Amino acid sequence: MEYNWDWSILVQEPYLWWLITGTGWTLAVSAAAWCIAVVLGTLIGIARTLPNRFVAGIATAYTELFRNVPLLVQLFLWYFVAPEILPAPMGHWIKRDLPLPEFATAVVGLGLYTAARVSIQVRAGIQSLRRGLAMAGYAQGMTVAQVYRHILLPVAFRVVIPPFTTEFLTVFKNSSLALTIGVLELTAQSGQISEYSFHSFEAFTAATAIYILITMTVAAAMSLVERRLPAVA
Amino acid sequence: MYRSLGTALLSLVMAGSALPSRAQEAAGTLAKIKAAGEIVFGYRETSIPFSYIEKDQTPKGYSIDLCMRIAEEVKQKIGNPVLKVRFVPVSPQTRIPLLINGTIDIECGSTTNNLTRQEQVSFLPTTFITGTKIMVKANSPIKSIDDLVGHRIGLPQGTTNERAVKSYVDKKKLGVGVLNVKDHAEGFLALQSDRVDAYSTDHILLAGLLTKAQNPEGFRIVGDFYSYDPYALMIRRNDADFRLLGTKVLADLFRSREIEKIYRKWFQPFPNNAKVSEPPSDLLKASWELNALP
Repeated sequence: MEYNWDWSILVQEPYLWWLITGTGWTLAVSAAAWCIAVVLGTLIGIARTLPNRFVAGIATAYTELFRNVPLLVQLFLWYFVAPEILPAPMGHWIKRDLPLPEFATAVVGLGLYTAARVSIQVRAGIQSLRRGLAMAGYAQGMTVAQVYRHILLPVAFRVVIPPFTTEFLTVFKNSSLALTIGVLELTAQSGQISEYSFHSFEAFTAATAIYILITMTVAAAMSLVERRLPAVA
Repeated sequence: MYRSLGTALLSLVMAGSALPSRAQEAAGTLAKIKAAGEIVFGYRETSIPFSYIEKDQTPKGYSIDLCMRIAEEVKQKIGNPVLKVRFVPVSPQTRIPLLINGTIDIECGSTTNNLTRQEQVSFLPTTFITGTKIMVKANSPIKSIDDLVGHRIGLPQGTTNERAVKSYVDKKKLGVGVLNVKDHAEGFLALQSDRVDAYSTDHILLAGLLTKAQNPEGFRIVGDFYSYDPYALMIRRNDADFRLLGTKVLADLFRSREIEKIYRKWFQPFPNNAKVSEPPSDLLKASWELNALP
């Protein structure tokens, strides 16, 4: 293999700036998608454990739909198909007037997909608790909402922190798919550096190192959170 | 934590620095082809009519035909009449890494020969000459990049066109929005679905995209040439033997004027749409003459 190695291109302008903005977009897409995923995923996870069969059924349908379709396909559907099946003015608004249409689509697509995965963890966390906990709550005259708010959720959330960490890391890695709909995140910027400078190996090595740095920082932060919280008996 | 991160980075750096020394093998492309019993072509999926696939999924086109001639010559040279040809799809982003790492032996697409690329790869003589233009919807008032202020243009990521348009926009300080797309099909889809107001690539590829449109008259190719793009087949660098073989094959085609026959087959008219035809430009004819080495 004939290849001219030159690591200095990584700190040259404009390539350094591209890596920085790319990292910024990766963090922005991942963080925003994670917010959607945690809120929606928690609600759906709770819904799946509710006594109401109808609500639980809808929540289960959501989970199965979103976790069984590949994320890449979902992104394409949101980006290319969704605006076309909406009423024309609304579709046009999404395509042209929505600020940062690619970013918004990526966040929604990644957020809804990850929500399905988070909901499974939340449901598992709630179901891992002994039935006696909830029953004790009901025996005290608590409503369903009070049982969840004061008894089940505080314990369940501690149980699911380790799987949550995994999902959080997955969001960062999955955010690289946003490049397929035109978001210039870290992987896309590395590809761009590689095309401009033809130093592909250096560019993608830099991206690899940055991803590892991000995910390791997140993992460290999450394990800190886990240690600070009181253990589950 | 820090130790493991340090180790991870160190191993990456080590992997990087170990490669060049291991890579100094004397064997060139011809030896590799001979040993493997196959020659691997990199092809593009939507570069009509240079290199593209249709329903039957077999790559075809002007560049593929030229590569086939080279494969014939390779057969003779290494004395293997049953040499296999294998096709690997490439994109603007992957074509150079895949060529360098040996996944493909020659790229038969629509790649511009430029000096920056020559730092990593090498090119055979020019086979086509084109330049950057823009395509808009037929009812659009846009006639050039200057009219795009306040509008959005789709650009194929990692191409010379992307660079040409971006540097034009920067130089004139125009406020033009950019959507980066992965390939021409996606770019054309973005234009059709009104996600962008214009799409830009080499003018010949725009013509190729029109042949696939359901309503070719719904679009117009406008503007001046924003760049000079001589296309060439791409091979690995520092491989004088394979390069000489390829140059010989092409010089023969240019000298015998057989190139005109191959050209007509793909461009006059385009194979998939009889309404679109592109005669060879004077510049291209001159280039054939100049490269018809005796």
